[in-house]
Parts: sequence; C-alpha cells; structure tokens
Amino acid sequence: MTGAAPAIELKEVSFSYGGPLVLERVSLEVPAGEFLGVVGPNAGGKSTLIKLILGLLMPDSGSVRLLGARPEQGRRRAGYVPQYPQFARDFPITVEQTVLMGRLGRGNLLGGWRRADREAAHRAMNGTQIADLARRRLHTLSGGQLQRVLLARALACDPQVLLLDEPTANIDMRLETDIFDLLKALNRRMTILVVSHDIGFVSRYVERVACVNRTLMCHSAAAIDGGVIQRLYGSAVHMVEHRHA
Amino acid sequence: MSGFIHALWQYQFLQNALLAGLLASLACGVVGSYVVVRRIGFLAGGISHSVLGGMGAALFFGWSPMLGALAAALVAAVLIGWVSLARREREDTLIGAVWAVGMAAGILFISRTPGYNVDLMSYLFGDILMVPLGNLCVMLVGDLLLVLVVGLLYRHLLAVVFDEEFARLRGVPVTPLYLLLLSLVAVTVVLLIRVVGLILVIALLTLPAAIAGQYVDTLGRMMGLAVVIGMLLTTAGLALSYGPDLPAGSTIILVAGSAYLLSTAVGALSGRVQARRRARGPSGSRG
Repeated sequence: MTGAAPAIELKEVSFSYGGPLVLERVSLEVPAGEFLGVVGPNAGGKSTLIKLILGLLMPDSGSVRLLGARPEQGRRRAGYVPQYPQFARDFPITVEQTVLMGRLGRGNLLGGWRRADREAAHRAMNGTQIADLARRRLHTLSGGQLQRVLLARALACDPQVLLLDEPTANIDMRLETDIFDLLKALNRRMTILVVSHDIGFVSRYVERVACVNRTLMCHSAAAIDGGVIQRLYGSAVHMVEHRHA
Repeated sequence: MSGFIHALWQYQFLQNALLAGLLASLACGVVGSYVVVRRIGFLAGGISHSVLGGMGAALFFGWSPMLGALAAALVAAVLIGWVSLARREREDTLIGAVWAVGMAAGILFISRTPGYNVDLMSYLFGDILMVPLGNLCVMLVGDLLLVLVVGLLYRHLLAVVFDEEFARLRGVPVTPLYLLLLSLVAVTVVLLIRVVGLILVIALLTLPAAIAGQYVDTLGRMMGLAVVIGMLLTTAGLALSYGPDLPAGSTIILVAGSAYLLSTAVGALSGRVQARRRARGPSGSRG
C-alpha cells in the first residue's frame, strides 16, 4: 500500500470541455479503504470527475493524485468500470477475452496470455459469478451480465482502488442490490468510489456521499442537504460532503 | 467452368492470377478483420486512394511506382491515424481531403510524365491477369510480414481495436499500436493494387471479413474464416470472368458483394426465426 497517502486526492480542480466550467475548484480526499458514493444531477460532472482521477482528462487547474502518484502512474493500480464502454456490443470477443483485458500492461508486449493472467481472470469471473459465461460472445449477454463482465475486467487488474461510473444505471433493482452487496464485500480489500444517480440507494451502502454539481451558479447547495435526502428517500445518510466553493 | 480449369492447367498467367488472388485473400482476411471490427472502412478507403499520388510522383521522377505507392500509403496512414486519435471530430474531413488530393496529385503527375504510356485503368481497377512472378514473391513476403506482426502483437492489437480507452488505462502504448495497425492496412492496400486496383481494394478488405464476422465468436477465428472466404470469392470471381472475358477484378468484387448480401439476408431471416422460436418457448434462465 501507499502508507499515509490518500487513495484519491483532488485539490482545487477546475475543468471545462472548452465551454463553461464543468467542475469548479473541486477538492476531495478519499482515504484508503473508504467506500465513497458520488451523487449529483445529470451533467453535473460526476463522470468528468472519474475521468480526471484516472488521467483520461487533464484539469484546467488544480492537482489530482491517485494512490499517491500522478494519475497516469496511479491508474495502473486502479480498476475502472465505465458508464458507457467504448467498445461496440457486437465486437467478436468472448467474456473470458474481455476479462483478460484487465491483465494488460503486465509482462511482455509480444506473445500470448500467461497462465497467471488466465488464473486471475478466472478468479475475477468467479467473484462476479460469471464463470459459466466465459465462452459466451459479448453481444449475447443481458445488461446485468455485461455489467458483471465489466466489473470482472476491472477486478482482473488486481486494483487497490475501484472506480465505478453508474454501474447499475440500466439494470433492475434486484441486480442493483446484488452488485452493491458485492462491492460492499470487495471494500474489505480495496478503496471504492462509485458514481450513482440514486442518492437514497447508494447511501445505504457507502460511508460518505460526495455531491457533485456542475457549477455554483446552476445549483443551490441547500437543495440537497441531509434533511432533504431523508425526506425524499426515507433513508439515513451519514454525511454529505458539499464543496460548492 | 470446366473451360477455366482446363485453361488453368495450360496458362502460366492464369496460374499466377489464381495465386495472386489467394495471397491477396490472406492479407485481406487478417487486416480486413481489424478494419471491420474497428469500423475504419472509410479510413482504409482514404489510404488506398491516396496511393495514386505516390504512384504518379514515382512515375514522374522515374522511381518504382510500387515504392511510391507504399510511401504514399504509409504517409496517409500515419497522418490520418494521428489526427483520428488526437481530434476525432476532424477525422472524416481529413480522410476526404487525403482521398481526393492523393488522386488529383496522381493524375497531375501522370499527365506530366514524359513519354506518357501509363495504363491508369490497371492502377484503378487492377489487372490480375498480368501479375508478374516477381510481384507474387513480393505479395508472399508481405503476407508473411503481416502474419508475423499480427501474431506477435495479437493481444495488444485486440486491446486497441476493442477498447482504446481501457487499453490506455492499462498502460498499453495505444498510439504507436494504432499507427502500426494503419500501416498494416497501408501495406495490404499496396499488395492488392495489382489484383483489384486501388478503387476496388476496399471491398476485398471489408467484405470477406464482414461475412466471417457473422459466424464466429472471436477476432482470431474471424481472420481465419475471412481468409478462406476471400480465397473462395477471388477464385470464383476469376473463374466466372474467364469464360465471357470480363474484367477479373470487377467480377471478383461483384461476387464478393453478392456473397455479403446473401449472407446478411440469410442471417437476418434465421435471426428472425430464432427470435420467434424463443418468444414462443418458455422464458428460460435470466437475462
């Protein structure tokens, strides 16, 4: 592990896609071992936040550290479950080959997978209960099964930090509970940051909820405080972190 | 058809043509599978058409037209690839520009080449019946090179065409690998110019692989099946064109296009039948 360094650390980060600021002076510290939920309205900057943490986007100002290193280095020890995977659903590839992608970046550039890679991929598939789907082609899977494949691919990285962007956006409530139970178990050995649109649901699992809003001007911070969430969703929230500078 | 087989025994040029078709199918099946799954058919079209610029310049300055073609294809591949990675929103504009500018430059050079006696049509549409033995050797070497590179880098090339963002996160050198892949496309295009010409090459690059993709579960098998399909299609096209003395390259492409349409139609029909059967049967395991 990285000692005292927080798993994720953002300081005064601002970002725009060329237009108005998507994130403005965002600061966040996630200590190792935490299970953090990130909530907020659509287009509020939640996915942007994850992409900044992973170094897929560069902040206009401010600093980002992942596992005590620059994102491009720290991300080798992180697992990522994207909201919208970049691949085409009809790509000719099996579940096992997809999960093996989590083992890239180890060993040689040339040649095939090693036995250790296949074993790690099978551990990840067993952990997410998709071992029986290993030979299936990706486009034959349901939304819930695909989500588990993406999670297994991230776990095959042997991550210290797991970042998930809306992992349950397109699946039903029962599977959503399954996946969050699984994440809760995984949290015993890794830091987890999960983005969700469902504040009430996610707050039953996580220790802390970070509320991300696009800009100060667009949204009033008072609209989403602990009391409002309790009234709206009828569930306890341990803490809501607000940093709308 | 028996006339074709009889002629095949007799004539060296026909044997060469058959071999050229088979060698071309190998390159097409392997590299074309990447083109199809990554959906860069238009990009491959831009590379192949830019080749005329290089050939024209080479003729004008008295160099080998094939070397000129290779140089132009590689420059176009790296240029388009670099822009498509850095600024995706400009990609189609640039491809269109490279496509047309390459051809225009080629025509200008050829028109100014002293002692003008270039058979432009054979560059554009191929001349499989006139493939010299030396060209077959070049194709064989090119095929071996392609297979070697793809074999050694299979895992990482798969990662780049499947999910570039995820590959980048895992520390895979995405940009060099993508440019290498486009360079493989460039080499393939140049190898195929003799067979079907630079206008028709895009069909041979995509159609066998697209047909194969309808039947297999992995990229590796798609390549293997695409090679076999390509060999069948080029041989069938050659045989069909021989009797009535049709242009061979164009016949091959029409055969390939018909096979693709047929395969797609059969696939759509059988898919509908299966869906109806599923809908009637009991709803099985979840999802």
